[in-house]
Amino acid sequence: MHYLTKHPKLIQFGILLIVFFALMSMTGEYAGYLELRDGFSNKVESGKIQAVASFSDSVSMILRGQLPPQFIRIPEMHFYNPVISGSIGYLLTMLFIIAGLSFKNYYSASKDGRVLVSSWFKKNWNKLSIYVFTGIFGGLFIAPTLFTWIFLEPTTFSFWDMPGIIHHFARFLMFDFWPVEVYDPDIEEYEFSAMIKEITRGFSRSILFIIDLIREVLLGGIKTIVAFTSWDFISANRWAKWPALPWTVVSATAIMVGYALKGWRLAFLAAFATIYIAFFGAWEPAMMTLSLIFVAAPVSFISGLTLGVLAFKSPATEKVLWPILNITQTMPHFSYLIPVGVFFGIGDHAGCIATIIFATPPMIRLTLLGLKKVSPEVVEAGMMSGCNNYQLLFKVLIPSARFDILIGVNQVIMQCLAMAVISSFIGAKGLGWYLLLAINNLWVGAALQLGICIVLIAVVLDKFSLAWANKQTDYFAELPFMQRHKYSLFFLVILFAGILLAYIGSFIFKGDINYLYQIPYNKGFSMADTFQAGIDWFLKTFFWSLQGFNKWFIVDVLLPMRASYLAMPVIATFTLLMGVGYIIGGIRSALVVGGFLLFISLTEWWDRALITSYTATVCVLVSGVVGVTVGTLSASNARASKIVLLVCDTFQTLPSFIYLIPVIILFGITDTSVVIAMIVYATVPATRYTIEGLRSVPQDMHDAGSMSGVNRIQRLIKIEYPLAFPHIMLGLNQTLIFALFMVVIGALIGTEGLGQGILESLSNKQGIGKGLMLGFCIAFIGLLFDHLIQTWASKRRKLLGIG
Amino acid sequence: MSSQDTSSQKNNPVIKCESVYKIFGENAEKMLQEANGNVDAQVFQDAGCVVGVNSASFEVYKGEMLVVMGLSGSGKSTLLRCISRLTEATSGSIFIEGEDLLALSGKELIELRRNKMGMVFQSFALLPHKTVLENIAFPLQVKGNKLKDAMTRAKEMVDLVGLTGRENYFPRQLSGGQQQRVGIARSLAVEPDIWFLDEPFSALDPLIRKEMQDEFLRLQGVLNKTILFVTHDFDEALRLADRIAIMKDGIIEQLDVPANIVLNPATEYVRKFTEEVPREKVLKIESVMDPVNSSEELSDLKVSKDAIIETVAEAVLNEDKPVAVVDENDKVVGTLHYSKVIHMLFGEIPQQEEKH
Repeated sequence: MHYLTKHPKLIQFGILLIVFFALMSMTGEYAGYLELRDGFSNKVESGKIQAVASFSDSVSMILRGQLPPQFIRIPEMHFYNPVISGSIGYLLTMLFIIAGLSFKNYYSASKDGRVLVSSWFKKNWNKLSIYVFTGIFGGLFIAPTLFTWIFLEPTTFSFWDMPGIIHHFARFLMFDFWPVEVYDPDIEEYEFSAMIKEITRGFSRSILFIIDLIREVLLGGIKTIVAFTSWDFISANRWAKWPALPWTVVSATAIMVGYALKGWRLAFLAAFATIYIAFFGAWEPAMMTLSLIFVAAPVSFISGLTLGVLAFKSPATEKVLWPILNITQTMPHFSYLIPVGVFFGIGDHAGCIATIIFATPPMIRLTLLGLKKVSPEVVEAGMMSGCNNYQLLFKVLIPSARFDILIGVNQVIMQCLAMAVISSFIGAKGLGWYLLLAINNLWVGAALQLGICIVLIAVVLDKFSLAWANKQTDYFAELPFMQRHKYSLFFLVILFAGILLAYIGSFIFKGDINYLYQIPYNKGFSMADTFQAGIDWFLKTFFWSLQGFNKWFIVDVLLPMRASYLAMPVIATFTLLMGVGYIIGGIRSALVVGGFLLFISLTEWWDRALITSYTATVCVLVSGVVGVTVGTLSASNARASKIVLLVCDTFQTLPSFIYLIPVIILFGITDTSVVIAMIVYATVPATRYTIEGLRSVPQDMHDAGSMSGVNRIQRLIKIEYPLAFPHIMLGLNQTLIFALFMVVIGALIGTEGLGQGILESLSNKQGIGKGLMLGFCIAFIGLLFDHLIQTWASKRRKLLGIG
Repeated sequence: MSSQDTSSQKNNPVIKCESVYKIFGENAEKMLQEANGNVDAQVFQDAGCVVGVNSASFEVYKGEMLVVMGLSGSGKSTLLRCISRLTEATSGSIFIEGEDLLALSGKELIELRRNKMGMVFQSFALLPHKTVLENIAFPLQVKGNKLKDAMTRAKEMVDLVGLTGRENYFPRQLSGGQQQRVGIARSLAVEPDIWFLDEPFSALDPLIRKEMQDEFLRLQGVLNKTILFVTHDFDEALRLADRIAIMKDGIIEQLDVPANIVLNPATEYVRKFTEEVPREKVLKIESVMDPVNSSEELSDLKVSKDAIIETVAEAVLNEDKPVAVVDENDKVVGTLHYSKVIHMLFGEIPQQEEKH
């Protein structure tokens, strides 16, 4: 009892749980309809159930211990349309607001004496721009909306129509907004086109040009030459073909770079990767993927760095950028594809742009983090050394933040590879495209072979970028010319030798494929059949045990859990989550959580969201237990934690898609496969954060504990866990986000949640609205828990005085 | 350096502050205008402002070392940053060699810093990605000097601060004392006229600190810069300063030569610092000597009026008669009886003896 009075939050939580379960049990007559997805709304649609009970009916239902239908599922809601109007009255209102605000400011500034209008303007111009914005917003939007709602008959829209509205808005932007006259060289005439379309087209073209350029350096081709001449020129001059770099040259160069960066071990890795890719006939798609990454990674790096620096310089930019970063980093990858497809079309450039959008946010965050960590005295030292702004930025700030920025570079490369497969959905060619084909046709052996290629590229690029990050230049060595340029010279030797080899090859393989020059797709060795045979054998041997587990998992774990999630009335969900929000972060958190929930519940995909949440819950529970256990066991030993962290690193380099391959082999196309893939993928952050959290408990604390005579278990429970708990919770937060990413990708092999909807909208011409709304739903589930956990962790940390 | 030395340069101080205020907070400027030069820290705090520097006025002359002493939060570092214009003073004026610092444009300020100012920081503030040599050469490179010249000059500085052989080390590979030597070398690389030091030795161990202070005095003996030195350590201030300014809550409580601060503390606050100070280690003979009395018989021993008491105490105590105090021209300017020295060393007891 004494314990409870000391912890009032526990009592609050207890009451909350009682209320929650009371609400759960009040579904009564509707209980039977809830277990199926959309069961309730289907009944509403077919007229079997009234969507909304009248007020008196509702009251009597509640008194009977039965929730009225609108509390079980929120029905389709209609809202008054907002109105935007620029008619003369509203224009005057706008001017009135601007003038009023400015006058108020000027008046308070000139209270103690006359202030010149020009000097006042100079000082307050930023405020003035806010006034102008307020005026436009209030005068042309708020005022007409209010006026229409109060005095006129306002039109309405359904929230379920939001996808359509978004779709029409996008179309409007792309085809009707801001018409400009553009010269069309094909019909040799001027014609009207939308500005935004022209901009995105121009952007697409330049991106595509660079991709093609790099691709043709690696693989050969004619597109670059066409870009400067014409197709007629090509057909007239057969010699005008850009030759490919022989694969031996690329491979040897990679080995040389590996050696230059970190010695023989990295060189060996590069050799293994390139030779594997070449031998198994994946050279062409691998180089295509690489050419996409070579464009996406630098662009992401530069834009991330620029935005990070901007956010660092201006707090206003940071404030605007922060929520955008939050949403972009929790939106599933697929959701980017649809708007990119709409605005930029389909093809390599679209894949590249989607990749850039996806890879830039972590770069921004890490740049900002790094710059903020630079000690103010170092900045002052730079200023006192007489740096101008440019020198301060490039010679002091960015180099001092080098460590975090380079982690950002590494992240960018990893994200690019993660997108390599996903961007193939909108036509990016390369390994991902073939991998997707293989998975769709259930060629598991081929998929495995291609998957290994992607993993190898990921690992090589990861190790290369990390090695480059940690490389130090020997500033003072005065070397002779040969020594200084030894790698460039060596490259020339490689180039010459490679070309020579390819030339010799043309005699050896007369008329056939020149294996010393280029190896086309699928013309190398293939282990696909061997892989497939091995898999078949494995399945035959373990079929019954796998099948047994699969059945047990689905029938006894997944289905009951799914049913209990679906049986949850809307009001119970709101009560539980907003209540937890209130207990953790007060009224503000409750409102934030409520806002996210409200958005999801107003869409027609509440049941889907519940299914997604249930999958994610199973995953977070299992991953959490496994991750924390493994982390705890290995954290007590420096060597073990190093090894486990290395394993975590390796797992994190694997693009999420790859996880699907082994689970399909084992469990076929079932929910089990998706859940297992999610669990494996999401256990990584749980483990990593547990180890980091436990190992960051200061040695003093251990010593203090030891001197108080604790044994190992006591030390763990009484000292290490409480101190590391906030960090471990952040790990679980990451686990959830990872799980949500995976649940969408898992939709490829069939889950019923939000992810499936996103996939459906991918193949739909008008899918932009649906895809985005579903993406927001998933992002908001993630952000909701992110908010709860972050608030809790930061409070807890403040209490413990760490971080 | 005594006041006579600087009297000839009194007319053109190197640094001159006139009622400098620095107030942090949103409406700082407005509040300051309304306060009309009568700033009460409490009133400002209630309004959400923090008073950093409150009406600081002083001058520093060529070759002089002014030590600003105060506890943490007293505004001493803020004052220093106002004068180096790392923060903008809220009001008041600052003149560097007669030039109005606050009126300088961004470009002029950068020029001033590149040529006339050097600064040493408490946490060393070395650039982590540059080696010792590169760090020291950094201000020169920023200035646009040729790489070779910059490196040659940096090498000289490395030798000057005794880090020869460690040119290619990175800051993280150096001890705290060595890092601060690099910081000092960097601040001196452009041969500045004015040298700012912000608690340069506070982050160091006591033994290293003593060593660095000696090193610093040696350097100053060679270079003779105009120095503004900030510290929270009163002993350090006494050891190094030509004059000391003691700050509290942004106000300069007293600004004087060390001897006067010890002998005549202006406020209760200053007295608290001086109570524990062993006077014989601070005061010069000059401040305790009696005027020349021709009837008195003097011993053969002569002591300089600028000698610190402690250094000559033993010799004076061995004499029965008063000793002669002479100035630099060997002219007798006063006398010193051993009882005075005992008084200095042991406090009240000899005073009672004197009375009878």
